[in-house]
This record gives sequence, structure tokens and C-alpha cells, in this order.
Amino acid sequence: MATVAPPPSKRQKREELERATIQQDVTVPTGAELGSFKANFIDSDGNQLADVIEINFADASEKNISVLLNTLLERDREDFTPYRFRIHIPGKDIIVDQYPTDLLALLQKHGVENPFETTITLSAEPQSVFKVQAVSRLAHRIPGHGQPILTAQFSPASSDRLATGSGDNTARIWDTNTGTPKFTLKGHTGWVLGVAWSPTAHLLATCSMDKTVRLWVPEEGKPFGSDLKGHMKEVLAMAWEPYHSWRDGTARLASASKDGTCRIWTVNSGKTEHVLSGHKGSISCVRWGGTGLIYTGSHDKSVRVWDAVKGTLVHQMTIHGHWVNHIALSTDHALRTGYFDEKGVPATDAAKKAKAIERFERAAKIQGKVAERFVSASDDFTMFLWDPTNNGTKPVARLLGHQKMVNHVAWSPDGTTIASAAWDNSTKLWNARDGKFMSSLRGHVGPVYQCSWAADSRLLVTASKDCTLKVWNPRSAKLVMDLPGHEDQVYAVDWAPDGKMVASGGADKAVRTWRN
Amino acid sequence: MPQNEYIERATKLHGRRLDTEERARKKTAREGHKQSENAQNLRGLRAKLYAKERHSQKIQLRKTIKQHEERNVKGAAEAKEPGNPVPAYLLDRANPTTAKALSSQIKNKRAEKAARFSVPIPKVKGISEEELFKVVKTGAKVHKKGWKRVVTKPTFVGPDFTRRPVKYERFIRPMGLRYKKANVTHPTLNVTVQLPILGVKKNPNNPLYTQLGVLSKGTIIEVNVSDLGIVTASGKIAWGRYAQVTNNPEVCFSHLISPPLFTKHRSSLGKTNTNPTQNDGCLNAVLLV
Repeated sequence: MATVAPPPSKRQKREELERATIQQDVTVPTGAELGSFKANFIDSDGNQLADVIEINFADASEKNISVLLNTLLERDREDFTPYRFRIHIPGKDIIVDQYPTDLLALLQKHGVENPFETTITLSAEPQSVFKVQAVSRLAHRIPGHGQPILTAQFSPASSDRLATGSGDNTARIWDTNTGTPKFTLKGHTGWVLGVAWSPTAHLLATCSMDKTVRLWVPEEGKPFGSDLKGHMKEVLAMAWEPYHSWRDGTARLASASKDGTCRIWTVNSGKTEHVLSGHKGSISCVRWGGTGLIYTGSHDKSVRVWDAVKGTLVHQMTIHGHWVNHIALSTDHALRTGYFDEKGVPATDAAKKAKAIERFERAAKIQGKVAERFVSASDDFTMFLWDPTNNGTKPVARLLGHQKMVNHVAWSPDGTTIASAAWDNSTKLWNARDGKFMSSLRGHVGPVYQCSWAADSRLLVTASKDCTLKVWNPRSAKLVMDLPGHEDQVYAVDWAPDGKMVASGGADKAVRTWRN
Repeated sequence: MPQNEYIERATKLHGRRLDTEERARKKTAREGHKQSENAQNLRGLRAKLYAKERHSQKIQLRKTIKQHEERNVKGAAEAKEPGNPVPAYLLDRANPTTAKALSSQIKNKRAEKAARFSVPIPKVKGISEEELFKVVKTGAKVHKKGWKRVVTKPTFVGPDFTRRPVKYERFIRPMGLRYKKANVTHPTLNVTVQLPILGVKKNPNNPLYTQLGVLSKGTIIEVNVSDLGIVTASGKIAWGRYAQVTNNPEVCFSHLISPPLFTKHRSSLGKTNTNPTQNDGCLNAVLLV
């Protein structure tokens, strides 16, 4: 019998992690006179942030430059924002995403003969002030569902509440802190294919194979009104109206069905406001944008953009060669969480609305203009990046590189990166500005079904058919944590908006929550 | 030329009778009458044997008819709800691999505790050592030593197996009775794949048989499932799984067993294998769930 060494203790793990984080700064060459360069800081829109300043190569670690930029912007030490920098190689069209440990060597590698005294443009991207730690251990395995778990979503308010939908025709709400079931929402007569929390977290919508949508009050576990009937076939996806565009004191909900229609329901009355018909195939994905547009992707190879208020077709994009599987908005995170963030909830409705708008606009603004972008993933192995506000039906870019169907796309909360999960066992990262390929995350041995970003955009979790979750660092494109534990394929994964927890569910019928 | 093919030889030399076809046609035409007469008039053991044979023939016939009928069905199959719940994004996808379903079925079954030790064929008819081994007479001239044995049943030997020197080889496992692959079926999914055998895990008859790698009905073998893309709970590709042999893989007794031995054990053989067609010359196994 071979003796297996015990797994590293928590202390060992922590020390290793610390070593790994500290090492970045240790390797900065010191002592030797390396010369200097001139740094020109721009923001992601290309506007100059500060005056050109001369920096020693010896001191040019990313952390130091971040502190320098904060000082140049005359911020107080308490308000310092961490920045990440992309390096524009002078005289060339190359932008290096990953800040190197040795900047001088990088420049010389790219053929800059005399890096000294040249002006190097650094585009600075502010990072979130808080940092989400990578989940590393199974916090709870909560059995309860009698059939595979098909979908899971955390409440936007906090990571305390999680909703899951299952093949046993129920949706359940879980208390993730104690790892116990809170409520079982019975009523559907078919598999629950989707759950969606309203952006205020006071309502939960579920859609099912039984052609209905149901609404629930998650704090009491009771139905809210009667079931919403009208679809002729299974309801596959739903999207809530963003909080800032709620009108007449009621929310609205869009539901997409296999019958090729998308229905908009007025939540308080339970009536259908509009039926968006036109798709010739099953609608696989629906998204409600913050600018009053609804985006639907369908198996008829087209993406349609609708006016949410009037219920009319605005754009139709028929460029994909096969089914459209998924759509992600650049503002997904901001719209999902509405007015919830790490700073607390405003007191009044007006303040909530103002905060929701402010968060949305911050996420959607490009060059000072609100331009909500979206990306559509398809069975034709590609994705298209769209900017309907500025570009209409012309795509901004086509994202080529996957070798099999792309199942899922997710836009990072900070809006800079797109992650796409595909059947070719890989997850790929793309620059959200121009759709350029950044890196490929390989490690799964089965198709990657879903991915989810941490709120600070510094981590990504993927769920795969190979029974594992994997946590990745998108900047270095390295595996941070491998999370085995599921006994069967993982269908759904969600990272809580506050970053504390990851929940996953799959064919092994038990909900799992993961913590750091 | 083989001795037993004298009829073919005669046909080649002298041709057939002129009325051969006529006679064959008439014979087949009367077959129904003949069967009916037998069914009505046979008595005793012969009636029993006849009824049993006829019974199995009819089953076969009905199966064939059913297959033909199924083949003739036109149009698309009705849209059925897939058996296992799947998320919305997998709904319309054609069943990508049956291997996955197979693996999850196994896992589901494993979760039930009682099922952990159950096998599809719990009891097998024992195989005596006399039946399994044939004595080989050795000895320089007199041939009166009898310490060598030939294994008369199919065996599995590892890929790097080399026979021992003659002097030490107590058990001979004939080349013609060695198997490398098994047709492995999943009991509920009707997925059959031919997979390489990795080893014989247990022969229920005797530990010695396990050591020798004897493949008899009920033997647990380990098969290589790496092609199926099954993964373990930790996300690694699984490659060995157990399966149980479900048939009698030996080709035919009469060719392989010397006449005296055959007559000696006819009674016991008659019980295990009433019908010699059950020995199919291939190795069928069922994956353990």
C-alpha cells in the first residue's frame, strides 16, 4: 500500500498563497541602475489621465505605478484605487495585457531598441477596491432535490440566499450560511429550467417545462399571484426589467420560450404586456438591457433586439451560422445587482433608483457615452460582439477561436473581459473593447457548461461536465483552484454578487456551496 | 482435404441428382405438415425436447418480425421528454454520448448502498477441476506422468505474458482460447462497446481460476473504458471498470475436449449447457452498476 501524504493544512495553504502573492514584488531587480522611461497614463477610453512622468525601471512594478498614479491624481491614501495596466508597445500596434515582472525585458523582447527615455503609454484600468478570495473548500453539500439541479442563482442582496431549480419540479431556497433548506417552492408540473431573482431581491421568478412562469416571495416561500400562463411550449429563460427602468410601481419580466415567442409580463397584475413574436425557432436566451432594449437569441440563428416599452422590433442580426446559445450584456452585473453593492443599500426609493442608474451608467459608458454592448455565443463556434447603440446591426467583432459549440458567455463585472465556455473543454477570454483574443483556460477534460465571474473580475469559476469546478485567474490564465467533489456533471454555477461564495449544482442532485 | 466433406466432394465429382431442387422445394413445402405432425404425435422426452426447440424458434421468429416492423416505421420519432432532467441549454442537443449517461447511471446505482455488492449474475453453475483441466500425459518415452494440465476454457492472459519453460509449465493456456476484448453492455441502456480487457478480477468458482484468468460465465473482469470519456468524481479520466461475463465464451466443446473426457462429463455438461449454440465464441459482459 502506498501511503498517501495528507492534504496540506489550511495554514500551509495560506502560507503558500502568501508566498505566491509576495513573490511578484520580490523579483523586481534592485540595486543596478537600469535607466528610466516616460510613462503616459491613459484611461480605457484613451483620455490622458495625468502628465507624462519619468519612472525608473527599477521601481516600475505594477503596484508602485498604481500608487504613483493615485498620487498623481491627488487622491487621499484612503481613496486609493488599485489599477492594472496594459502596456502599449511604442511604434507598434501591440498591447500587452499582462504586466510583466521585468518591464525592461518585455520591451526589449518586443524590439524596442532603446527603451530608455522613450514614452510608453500605459492604459490604466481601475480595479475594484475589494478583493474576492478564491473559493477553495466545500462549505456545504446540501441534499434535498430529488432530481438533477438545472439552475442556480444567488440573491442579488447577499450570499445568504440561494435559489435552485431542479428536475423534480420544485425550486428551493437555501440558507447558505447554515447550509440548510429554507423553502421548497412547489407548484410547477415540469422541470424548473430557470430561476431569476428580481433586482430588489423581494421576488423570485421560476420558469418551467410546464409552459408557465411562477413568481414567489422568497422571504416567505409563498407564491406571488397565480402562475403566468400563455406560452405554448416550455419556457427556457427569463429576464427581469432592470430596477432603474421600473415604471408605474411595478416590475416587468420577460420570458423566452421554445415556441419562439418572448412574453413581457407585468408582475403586479400578472398580465401579458407584450408578446414579442418573430423568431422562427426556440428562444434560448433573453436579456433585458438598461437602455430599454430586450435582446433575444434563438435557435433560428438570429439575434433580435426589441423595444421593451413599445414591444417592437428594433434590430435583427442574422449573421450567425447556427443556433444562438447565449447572450451576455456588458452591464449584466450592474443590472443584476441593481442598487446593491459593497457600500450598503440606500434608504429611499429615489436614492435606490439614482444609485441603480449610476451603477448602470458606470458599467455602460464608453467614451463618456452610454453604449450597452452585448455578445452572442453560437453553435457555429464563434461569438459576435455587438454595439447596437453605435453600430446598429453591424457587429463590432467576430470572436474566433473555439473549436466547438460555445455554450455560455459571461461579461466581467468591470466590463473589460468576456469569458466564453465551450464544448471544446476550454474557456477563452476576450478583450471586451475590441473582441481580441486574450487567453485560453485549459484544464477541464469535459465540455465547459457555465462560467461565472467574481464581483471583482479577478477570478472566474467554470463548471464542466467532468464533475469539477475550476477557479481561474483570468490575468495570468492560470488555474487557481481545482474543486472536485461533485459526483456527476455540473450544470449550474453562480458566484455570489458579494463574492463570498460559489454555489453549484448538477446531476448528482446535491447543492454545493464553496468558500475560501 | 478434410475427411468429413465427402458430400461436397461427391457433388463436385458427379454433380447432383437431376431432381435436387424439386426435392428440396417439396421438402420445405411439407415442413409445416411435418412440424404439425410432430407436435401432435410426439410423446415423452422427445415431445419435451421438440416443444422446447419450437418455443425458442417462435421467440426468435417474433423478434425478427418485430424488428422488421420497427424498420418499416416512417416519419420522425415523436418528441419525447428526455429521461434525465437536463438544463435548458442541453435540451435540444442530440444525445451527445451514451457513455456519459452510462457513467452517471453507474454512479446513481453506486449511491445505493445495497447495490454496491450486487452483480447481475449472482449464482453460477460450478465448474469442476476435471471439467476445466485436461490432463496432459508427459514423460520422455513412456508418457505415463500426468502432472500437466491444459485449460479447456477461454482465458485472459496479460499482454506481456510469456509461457514458462516446458519443465515448469503446469497449466497450459491454449492460444486459441485466449481473449483480449469483451463486448461490454450496459444493462439498461443497450449500449454495447467492444473494450479491451485489463484483467480478471474474480472467478467465482475458484481462486485458482482467477489466477489463471479463466473466463467463464459470472467472472468479474476489469475492462478499459478510457475511450468512453468517463470521468471520476475528481475530474480525472477513468479507465478501468468492472464487468461481469454473461455468456459461455467457449467455442464448442467437441472440438476441444478429447472424446473420453467428453463422455465422462457428459452428464454434468448436459446440465450447464443443454444447447451447444449457447457457446458463442465471443465474450459478452455486462458493466457492473
